[in-house]
Order: sequence, then structure tokens, then C-alpha cells
Amino acid sequence: MGVTEAAFAAALLRPQDAAPSGLRNPEDAPAGRRFDVYRNNVVAGLSDALSSGFPTVASLLGPEAMTGLSRLYLQDHLPVSPIMARFGTDFPDFLGAVEQLRSLAYLPDIARLDLARRQSYHAADADHVTPEVFAAVPGDRLARVTLAFAPAVRLLRSPWPIHAIWLFNTEDDAPAPQAGAQDVLISRPDFDPVVDLLPPGGAAWIAALAAGTALGPALDNVQAQVPAFDFAPILALLLQRRAISILTITE
Amino acid sequence: MSTTVKSLTIAASVAAALGAVGVTTAEAQAKEKCFGVSLAGKNDCAAGPGTTCAGTSTVDYQGNAWTLVAKGTCTDIKLPPEADGTARHGSLEALTRDLPKA
Amino acid sequence: MPSLTCLPPAPGIGFKPQHFADLTAGPGPVAWVEIHAENYMGDGGRPLAQLAHLAGAMPVSVHGVGLSIGGEGPLDRDHLDRLARVVDRSGASAVSEHLAWSSHGGAYYNDLLPLPYTDSTLERVAGHVARVQDRLARPILLENPSSYLSFAESTWDEPAFLAEVARRTGCGLLLDLNNVFVSATNLGFAPQAYVGALPLDRVGEIHLGGHAAETDETGAPLLIDDHGSPVADPVWSLLDFTLARSGPLPVLIEWDNDVPDWPILRAEAARAGDALTAARQGAEMPLWA
Repeated sequence: MGVTEAAFAAALLRPQDAAPSGLRNPEDAPAGRRFDVYRNNVVAGLSDALSSGFPTVASLLGPEAMTGLSRLYLQDHLPVSPIMARFGTDFPDFLGAVEQLRSLAYLPDIARLDLARRQSYHAADADHVTPEVFAAVPGDRLARVTLAFAPAVRLLRSPWPIHAIWLFNTEDDAPAPQAGAQDVLISRPDFDPVVDLLPPGGAAWIAALAAGTALGPALDNVQAQVPAFDFAPILALLLQRRAISILTITE
Repeated sequence: MSTTVKSLTIAASVAAALGAVGVTTAEAQAKEKCFGVSLAGKNDCAAGPGTTCAGTSTVDYQGNAWTLVAKGTCTDIKLPPEADGTARHGSLEALTRDLPKA
Repeated sequence: MPSLTCLPPAPGIGFKPQHFADLTAGPGPVAWVEIHAENYMGDGGRPLAQLAHLAGAMPVSVHGVGLSIGGEGPLDRDHLDRLARVVDRSGASAVSEHLAWSSHGGAYYNDLLPLPYTDSTLERVAGHVARVQDRLARPILLENPSSYLSFAESTWDEPAFLAEVARRTGCGLLLDLNNVFVSATNLGFAPQAYVGALPLDRVGEIHLGGHAAETDETGAPLLIDDHGSPVADPVWSLLDFTLARSGPLPVLIEWDNDVPDWPILRAEAARAGDALTAARQGAEMPLWA
């Protein structure tokens, strides 16, 4: 009786089951621990991929809880692509649904931050708009300028202090996070993604621009919510981070 | 605000931004810091560490049968579930998203 | 079809991004590199920039780990297209994949899983290899796996199976000597007999790597192909044995877990270079072999 791929695959994630009976050791006895090598390769390999792909989540939880969560996740979320850099895109949503993590309600957004950094790292290259290009736009036409962002740019808005939590797990002397909403910009000025904290109104302004709104109306939109909003520091940041890929002067 | 005044405001902000970029570019070229990202999700063709760990554990991780004990840095962060900024920031669902493709 | 490989008969290493600066500053004995194709299927950024630089500096061998050539289902057409792009991008001097499967029912298991060797699996594998070669318009090298168990239903031994796939498709072989040693120990056969049974004129590349030693529940040795340590002495001996029969070939050092600092990897490559030199000298003095 042959061992089908389906039977082999099913047994990989069911350690409580015996190895499929057509698999043998050199004495022609059932494969036993020899099949466990494959079980371990699959589970340990994919768990390691999640831990390395979500380093801040792994640091927050510790290795034991992270491995357990990986096991739980793998039961229903095996990779759908052979490209491991893409693994775990729904891990943030999964974390949000785990009953035991209710007290760590910020965890899904931290996972989104980890995922955004990874996606930024692998995103397509793009030319960037330099300060000189901006400086050449006549002052009376600036209000009608629209911007497009580089493929490596991500914007995350959270009711949690995601930037502070991320820093706390990344830098040795970072202070403990305090409650409060934070928005971050992830960009890739060169090859390494950078995470920047945005001031109030900053994310709304960038989101409006990304949706195709021109500088003037985008400023009006944000100032309706944050009257003192000034986009100068955010535009400076976007230029520094080489985050703007196209500048268009609309009619 | 009149159109003229608004144009001047925008021009002033752009000018301020361009000035700021000029003096801080060096920071943007800071040394590589994300070695970890380059190692995240690598494919390779090696086996894992034998028969001895996660793959053969028979702990029941299903649903609530498993007691998750987080022992990482989260134990040093005091943010109770009701301490979030949802009230002034709208719902998480609506606000957490990536930029649309350019 | 073009020849099986354009790699030089010299040492190469499995490329790791953390070695990029050292490798490009002074490759030493390293004449070529191998990349895992799936790590270069993103849209941009550092991985593709490094690949472009490497491709301009030395021959690149593209080693796929995710095509599931041994699988029951049809090949993933999109993944084959992605592989073709990496092959183009790197100006690949050789393209290889594994006699194994890794996907089933839309799920990817991230491991090289074994298949039984029967007439029907032979037909399937040969069909898949032919399809890959048609798409890439070049022959590929098919790598022998590490085995931890065998299938009761198998009717072919592995060298004969590989030789027949090569005969039917015109593909070459990637002979992983660590895998031969691991499988020979785990399944109880002589590694030299395995090498002797292969058509060595079809071998376009040799792999060497480290393994870990465990035991199964009966106390029998169980070697694990973990690429996490230096190449073991018996595997170096098997390299000498093989090169004496095949002549000089491209020899790759694979080190994927607990990746060492550059000088250690470079020293492994130098040792492979010594073995190649010895094989060349041996070939000039056949009576002394």
C-alpha cells in the first residue's frame, strides 16, 4: 500500500498520530522517530520563520509563548506561497482573535508594524522626488501639487503607542511605553526600512495625499481636525526618507 | 483664509521643509540598522534541529485548552486594554491600513 | 540544449547576505556563488541589488527550493515564471532543483519531503523536469535528497531513479555528497557504491555541507542534514573518491544554520580547492591512484 502525499502531509502536523505505515526504517519496521525528523523540520522551520518575521511580537511574548502561538497558527495557516518572505500576512489578524491575548490588545498592531517593515524591505525600487524638484515648483501652484509615494512606504495608525513599544523592544535605553495613540511612517531611504513617529495630523495628511488629494485640500482636511497642523516637518521627513516618488502639478 | 494667504502658507511650509532637509540629510544616511529584516523569512534547503523539539510536542494548542504564559518584554509594559486611544482615534479597523499603491 | 553547467570546476559557497561585504572585498578561493532562488523573488531592495552586484562579479548558480518537482500535482506555473525571472536576472551559470516535494493542496511545507521511487513517480518527475527545462530553455541539475526513511512501495533504488530521469529528460545531476553520506548512514548502504552507480558524466555540480548526529528509537544512527557545521571528514573522503572518478567539478559549500563568520566559510572553500587540486594531480598520475 502506497503512502500518498495527502497522508504524508496530514501526518506532518499531527504528532499524536503514528507515521504512515508504508514508511520504513532500514530494518523494515515502521519509521517512528525517522518520520519525526520531517515533522520537526516543518514545524520548527515555519515557527522560526514567524519568530524572525515578527521579531517585536516574539520579543514581547518570549520564545515559549511565541512557539506555542506558532503551533496554533500553523494548524490553519500554512504558507500559501513557496516564498517565505511572504509568510504570515494574516498573523496580525490571527493574534487579534486569540482569546489568551486579550490583555495584550496592542499585539496585532505591533505585528502589523513588523510585517510592514518586512514588506518595505522587499518592495520595488523607485526614483525619489528631490528637494530641488520641489523647490522648482512656483509658489502659487504648490496648493495643486499631488504626490505619489514609493512602493516601500507604509503608513500605520494605531490607538496604541506602537512606536514606543517598537522602540522599547529595539533599543537598549528606550523608556517604557505610556498609553496613547501613535501613528508611524515606514519608509526605505536606501535599503533599510526606517520607522518614524508622526505628529498629530501627520498620518491623516499623508493618507489624504496618498489618496490623490492635492497639498491645498489635504491641508484644509487636516486643519479641520487639528487647527495648528503644519506639514513642514512631515514634508521634510518624507523628502529625507526619499518617500515621494512622483510630483504632479494638477490643473 | 483667502486663496492668496493659503498659497503663502503652503509656500512657507514647503520652504521650511526644504530648509530642514538641507540640514538633516546626514541623519537619513545613518548606518544599517535592520540586519534582522534581511534574515526574516529566508528560504533554505537545510533540515531543522532533528527530532527533538516543536514538531513532536503533543501539547494541545487548540483553542483555550492551552495556557499561554507570555514571559517576554510585555511584562514590563503596563497598558491595560481600556488604556488605548480608541476614544479619540476612531476604530482600529478603520484606521490601520497600508498606503494604497501609487 | 546548452551544456549542463557553465560553473568553473572550482569552489563556490552558498551566498548569505551577511557575507556580502567580505565576499566582494576578497573572495579568496571562492570562484562562484549559489543563491536560493526563493530569496530573490521580491520586488526590489537589498536582495535584488546584491544579486545584481554578484552577477556582475562572478558566476551565479540558482538553486530552487520551492518548485516541488517530486510532487503529485502539476507544477506551479507562476512559481516557474518567478524562477525564470531569477535565472535571467542573475545570468545563471547553472540552475538546480531537488528530487523532493514541498507543496500539497495549496499549502507550502518549507521542507524537502521524500517520495517513493516507482515507475509512476519516475514518469511524474521526468515530466516535471522536462516542463521546467522547456520553460527555462536550458537543462537543470536535479539534486539527490537526504533520506531519513524509505518507502515500502519503492521499486527503484535512488541512483538508478536519478540516472533514468537524466536519461529521459537530458537533465544533469547535482550530487550532494553530504546527502549521500547522511542517507547511506540512515538507510544502511555504502556511499561509495551509490556514487559508483551514478552516471558521473551527468553530474554538473557537487554540494558539501554539515550534518548533525542523533539516534532513532532503536539506537541506530540518525544523521540530520542541517547545514549547521563544518563538512564532516567522511564526506571530504567521499569528495576525493568522487573527483577521482568524475574529474574536477564545481564544488559548493553549504552552511545555512548557525552561519559562521566569513574566514571559517572561506577556509571550507579552500579545503574544497585543495581536494580539486589533488584530483587534478591524481589524474595526471593514474598508476599511483
